[in-house]
Amino acid sequence: MVETNPNLYSNSFNIEGGNFNSAGIVSTNIKSILKKLGIPNDIVRKAAIVSYEAEINVVSYAKKAIVNLTVNPGVVQIEVIDDGPGIPNIDLAMQEGYSTADQRIREMGFGAGMGLCNIKNYSDDFHITSEVGKGTHLKMTIQTP
Amino acid sequence: MKLREVKDILEAEVIVGDDILDLEVKTAFGADLMSDVLAFAKAGSLLLTGLTNTQVIRTANVLDIAAIILVRGKNPSSETITLARELKIPILTTKYILFETAGRLYAKGIVGCLQKVENTSGRN
Repeated sequence: MVETNPNLYSNSFNIEGGNFNSAGIVSTNIKSILKKLGIPNDIVRKAAIVSYEAEINVVSYAKKAIVNLTVNPGVVQIEVIDDGPGIPNIDLAMQEGYSTADQRIREMGFGAGMGLCNIKNYSDDFHITSEVGKGTHLKMTIQTP
Repeated sequence: MKLREVKDILEAEVIVGDDILDLEVKTAFGADLMSDVLAFAKAGSLLLTGLTNTQVIRTANVLDIAAIILVRGKNPSSETITLARELKIPILTTKYILFETAGRLYAKGIVGCLQKVENTSGRN
């Protein structure tokens, strides 16, 4: 892997949907990896925030997801690919305050329709694609100095 | 001010972090909505909240929150305490309500990590 991988660093993580206790493990992991790689604290923080909000979404809506973290000079990229129900109207989902969250998600302090907005605001570049019945694909890019 | 003084002002009980009460804090953010905490709270701030689940610790961890102050006399679950110990995030609990907690800290010089939001669509 190491010889064929052109990235400075890359790793993949699995998120188990529905497991609310595990939400945040992957972002905690990503945070410590990026710190060890010597990425500046404010960049690490942004990467941890976007991956955490994405994790909350996966745990809330999907069965599982894969998270791909890649680090290259000047850029940290986080991709989250889930097998959830998909988002019928992305423009609506991106509106602050729009949410389809149930009581369980709200009790944890989420589900107020801010997750995707937070992800977008903390990313330098954000792409979302989704197919109903198949899943959602998020791609977050954060620039490093 | 030191976390030790925060503890005294709020007559708080230290649940996690007895050994890190010399930590210096200047700012705070208070909310029960973790998405708002993620949107607005700054690194090194105190987090005042009434939520006690593990997601409060995860949120504090990703944001580099200095310490969590549980208000209204809330006590965290054992899972929350275990995670806070693992991630070295202090938890204090006070019987004061959120408003009183914020007011008492503000009166002694702790300020909000931001005063007001500029515009909610491009707040980062």
